[in-house]
Amino acid sequence: MSHQTLAILLFLLFVGATLVLTIRASRQTKDAADFYAGGRSFSAAQNGLAIGGDYMSAASFLGIAGIIALSGYDGFLYSIGFLVAWLVALLLVAELMRNSGKYTMADVLAFRMRPTPVRTAAGVSTIVVSIFYLLAQMVGAGALVALLFGLTSEAAKALTIVGVGILMIVYVVVGGMKGTTWVQIVKAVLLMGGATLITLLVLGKYGFNVSNLLGDAAAQSGKGDAFLEPGLKYGTDAQGVAGKLDLISLGLALVLGTAGLPHILIRFYTVPTARDARKSVLWGIGIIGVFYLLTLILGFGAAALVGSKKIAESNAAGNTAAPLLAERIGEIIFGSVGGTILLAFIAAVAFATILAVVAGLTLASSSSVAHDLYAHVIRKGDVTEREEVRVAKISAFVIGAVAIVLGIFAQRLNVAFLVALAFAVAASGNLPAIIYSLFWKRFNTAGAVAAIYGGLGSAVLLVFFSPVVSGKGVDASGKSLSLFPASVDFSWFPLENPGLVSIPLGFLFGYLGTILSKEHRESKYAEMEVRSLTGLGAEKATPH
Amino acid sequence: MSTAPEGLSVYEEVRSTPDFVELRHKFRSFVFPLTVAFLAWYLLYVVMSGFARDFMAIQLLGNINVALVFGLLQFVSTFAIAYFYARYAGAKLDPIAAKIREEVGE
Repeated sequence: MSHQTLAILLFLLFVGATLVLTIRASRQTKDAADFYAGGRSFSAAQNGLAIGGDYMSAASFLGIAGIIALSGYDGFLYSIGFLVAWLVALLLVAELMRNSGKYTMADVLAFRMRPTPVRTAAGVSTIVVSIFYLLAQMVGAGALVALLFGLTSEAAKALTIVGVGILMIVYVVVGGMKGTTWVQIVKAVLLMGGATLITLLVLGKYGFNVSNLLGDAAAQSGKGDAFLEPGLKYGTDAQGVAGKLDLISLGLALVLGTAGLPHILIRFYTVPTARDARKSVLWGIGIIGVFYLLTLILGFGAAALVGSKKIAESNAAGNTAAPLLAERIGEIIFGSVGGTILLAFIAAVAFATILAVVAGLTLASSSSVAHDLYAHVIRKGDVTEREEVRVAKISAFVIGAVAIVLGIFAQRLNVAFLVALAFAVAASGNLPAIIYSLFWKRFNTAGAVAAIYGGLGSAVLLVFFSPVVSGKGVDASGKSLSLFPASVDFSWFPLENPGLVSIPLGFLFGYLGTILSKEHRESKYAEMEVRSLTGLGAEKATPH
Repeated sequence: MSTAPEGLSVYEEVRSTPDFVELRHKFRSFVFPLTVAFLAWYLLYVVMSGFARDFMAIQLLGNINVALVFGLLQFVSTFAIAYFYARYAGAKLDPIAAKIREEVGE
């Protein structure tokens, strides 16, 4: 049996198992709290796994292992930002959010503000962040099928994107938050299992001597000791100071973005109490931390055993490093059949990874459309739960369809920057609004609206006028390195990551918007503060 | 509990109790300095990765250099901070919050 057939069989097994779980979840989904928040009845450990499943995207798994395999140490910088970010969520956001919100990020932001403008802004931001992130995953799925199965035709990629899109719509529409959570839990277990297995095999090959593995990786990369040091990808000496500032800008967006990602924030609502939200973040930090340590070995292992040159030939961004390593280490230890089986397993895990993340994103954005924009902005709260959930399901269809179309359209574009942009927008718009809402008494409607639109707008505008979109020049084969063709250049912002400028701007807009408005909301702050810290009046879990 | 005006006064009442003032103080005096500290520690790492490359390249043990150890220390500090916060919250914050909820009758 070829690895393709086996991978497809394993993947179908995953799809079958998760569909069964989704249908079971649908039977237990009766009201809006079930659909949006899984009845708030998941345990901390379950939610911790789901947090891992929601967060560890294909960009993390294939992307970071790939960057390490090609550029060495610099991939590790990404992992560290992605992990440390969880402390912001743990210390400042998770518990307070669980206590004061209900279904969406906007519940917390609009808590003591005029609901219409704040929910509109938060809804827009939720959709923008989720669509950016979703698009990157969809295009990634198309590229993955091409890489793993040799199906390079546009039609095959488009078909994959349609398939992924349909599955994510089914998970969300049928299973709601319960179904989505179970998909994420299964995926997290598979991903951790797969990454641990390959890591142990690689370490075993080197007699658990990490220094030897690193030495081999440096030698096989063709770059020597520089491979083990920062600077091959971000802030290279050729880029000068701007490149180094870009590195800091990226680091800031990574560390401050996580606690502003709507699909991550709604996970805190799925547990019974704030204490469980805290414990689930602890689980999440443990799982995600171990996972990034594994990717470090996977990346260096791929460089050492497969070789950077061969990986770059397979995919310029290095996205096939982990699957190629799985095949190679399987061959070394178990012979060619072992290589086939491991490659197939890792390929199936990669697809499962994408599915779990896109389902979480679709759920977050359709929840916001239904709960924030429809129920509160359009209907001013005069709507039944049934109607609201029905709108959420319709929105999931529409968002899924939009993501499919955009994904197919964006196939040929270099969209790798979209994940970093989603983090930058979340850090620049959402995080300032969340932090001010929770901790600043004077904060008001104008401040919230200014922070969200100001932060979101500056992040997107700065990227639009950055080398990411135009003016970066061409690579060796003459292909444009920017989104636009090389003949167009309207860039003036020197950094590829806007965070260094847009995050302070987001906080500044929020501050100025607040003090320039005469509105005072201090009286309602008492309720928010007491509720967020004590859990008094917090939403309860639904008993089943 | 509703969010109607009569509910609001309960919150305002709670907010002025010594228990709540203590809870807020214990929460903020723990998480605010800690947040500043771990962000500074992380930024130091990122800035040094950009601007102190010679230092980061020093080899400590075989092929293991300062950059790798510094990166791994970020993992260690993240795990440690998460653990200490959870212990602190369980011991110092949760009991006060539970007491306040009980007194209001929830």
